[in-house]
Amino acid sequence: MSAAKPHPDTPVVSVRDLRVYYGTPKGPARAVDRVSLDIRAGETLGVVGESGSGKSTLGRGILGLLPEGTGLAGEVLYKGRNLVTMTKEELRRMRGPELGLIFQEPMTRLNPLMRIQEHFEETLRQHHPKLSKDEIRQRSLQALGRTGIPPTRYKHYPHEFSGGMRQRIMIALALVLEPTLLIADEPTTALDVIVEAQIIRLLADLKRTSGTAVMLITHNLGIVAEACDRVAVMYGGKIVEEGNARQVFADPKHPYTRELLASTIALETRKLHTIPGAPPSLITPPPGCLFHPRCPDAMKICAAAAPPEEQLEGRRRVQCWRHSATGAIPAGQNAPLGREEISVAFEA
Amino acid sequence: MAGGGSSLKSYLLVRVALVIPTILILLTLVFVLMRVAPGNPVSAALGGHVPEAVIKELTHKLGYDRPLYVQFGSYLWHLLHGNFGTTITDKREVSQIILINGAATLELTVAATLIALAVGVPMGLIAGRFRDRPIDAASRIFGIVMYATPVFVLGLMAQIVFGSWLNWLPISGQASPLTTALLTTHTHLLLIDALIDGNWPAFWDVLRHLILPASTLGLVFAGVFIRLVRVNVIRTLKDDYIEAARARGIRERAVVYRHAFRNALVPVITVIGLEIALLLGGAVLTETTFNWPGIGHALYIYLQNRDYAAVQGIVIVFGLVIVAASLIVDFLSALIDPRMRYQ
Repeated sequence: MSAAKPHPDTPVVSVRDLRVYYGTPKGPARAVDRVSLDIRAGETLGVVGESGSGKSTLGRGILGLLPEGTGLAGEVLYKGRNLVTMTKEELRRMRGPELGLIFQEPMTRLNPLMRIQEHFEETLRQHHPKLSKDEIRQRSLQALGRTGIPPTRYKHYPHEFSGGMRQRIMIALALVLEPTLLIADEPTTALDVIVEAQIIRLLADLKRTSGTAVMLITHNLGIVAEACDRVAVMYGGKIVEEGNARQVFADPKHPYTRELLASTIALETRKLHTIPGAPPSLITPPPGCLFHPRCPDAMKICAAAAPPEEQLEGRRRVQCWRHSATGAIPAGQNAPLGREEISVAFEA
Repeated sequence: MAGGGSSLKSYLLVRVALVIPTILILLTLVFVLMRVAPGNPVSAALGGHVPEAVIKELTHKLGYDRPLYVQFGSYLWHLLHGNFGTTITDKREVSQIILINGAATLELTVAATLIALAVGVPMGLIAGRFRDRPIDAASRIFGIVMYATPVFVLGLMAQIVFGSWLNWLPISGQASPLTTALLTTHTHLLLIDALIDGNWPAFWDVLRHLILPASTLGLVFAGVFIRLVRVNVIRTLKDDYIEAARARGIRERAVVYRHAFRNALVPVITVIGLEIALLLGGAVLTETTFNWPGIGHALYIYLQNRDYAAVQGIVIVFGLVIVAASLIVDFLSALIDPRMRYQ
């Protein structure tokens, strides 16, 4: 039912300066802060970052699926329309047939009182009221088949499935509406590694066969390397680096990306590498670059001013003073930031 | 349902089988407690001032001078043959008390439950759905006032307003004396008896007598239901599958009705079932306030007179009612929630 596949270079979704604010008793928390990104048809964008970096909020912000009272500003352009300014009802109609979402925890995402069949019937009837009972059944079984669930389980209840199977059902439930963009919010975090590999392969197949654009939110860099074309690294609600996944992993430009890659565990890991310090406060963020209190390469300028975004070769960008154009940093400001200053700056 | 049916059946069979030891333990306890408690039925039955010899003679005649285990054995033997015995104080068949007074209580309880459900469940659903809005605040205040007000205070107020001032409704009894005298007995449930005979004036008379006591009792329990349902709706609306349904673009109305309300009612059924069981025995205050010839009221009187046979018989009925109610609750829960069928 979705429109003809757009030209491969035209983004399916363009996010421009998206900001999401949560109200907290201590003041607004900037969970997503001026984020811009494009996702093209048939492309998988990995969004990585620590817990609290705003990656899940970004995914939900795109769908407008945020708790009541959350501040949302900026643009999410989809087929020429801005989702941010749409009415609730317009946005609801988009969710499902245009924009799909699958979640981290599959165990609790299906209504325990409803058969799998009822979930599919409800979903298809909502968006395609003219479908006959037979067509609904056919489309549902086909979607389930693509995710490896046999038709014999169509009438079963959610509690009769394992976690991995429930996640497959959730994916089938999103697929049955043939969305143009599928946002997968840590779809494998709650599953074991074997099931994880199966689900990731499933998502890869999906984008290949139907040209669905996928936004894969994860904290697992291995998954990004395996399944994503592009990667966006989030830190403190901002995208600090974005580019082709292979290029970013081979040659990380941002110190945070570098440290994050160094922290992954491999077979040859002898000593665990960690990034000292904690993610920044989103309510009272540090001045300058958000990463400077933890950055081993920090310069004086980093504590004073936020780095501008630099466009690098081959659709790559990075927010770091070390990659800014020559002459952008005032004289003397490129001296290393002293240890003492780090702690002072961190407390501020 | 596949596979669930047989395990549910065996589960229910075990539950039914457990009824016998449960009732036996309950009965033993009541039997012993009644005899340990001070006072005795013989002197109560004969009144204050009678010679010691007369009391002794009657005690012997009733068999209360035999050893306790003999008395208990003989009671159980009679019970096994369906003989509940006769009261000592007013020489009534205990089975007749259970039948007639029990029917009166059943009528009151069913009516009160219907009112409690009709008022409590929708108000709870709305309050939970519109949490912290004015309609939620109003429902909660209504609920707590109803629940906190003693049932006899509520009853007396209803009697004053609707009985004395407005003179709309009768304030006492189950029916007018004339109706009671003319109505033929089929089921001991007066409303049903009137219906069977097509006796509309009697039906109307009985219904008018039922309104005040049933509303009083029903509103008290509606207060509990409102809060119970509200809390469960609020909790269910935060469940993950609600967010997942929204993410699939399901209309908010459908999310609330199909997912939140239905799921919120599962735990509520358990509590409501047990509340109804409590109602059957716990309507004493309402029955006393409205002079309703129910079984709770009868228990209260016979307890004061230490009437062993009557108290034992009524307690067995209460036990059976509670057991039956919890069985029905389990069955209903299993019917609604597929996860329960396997436990």
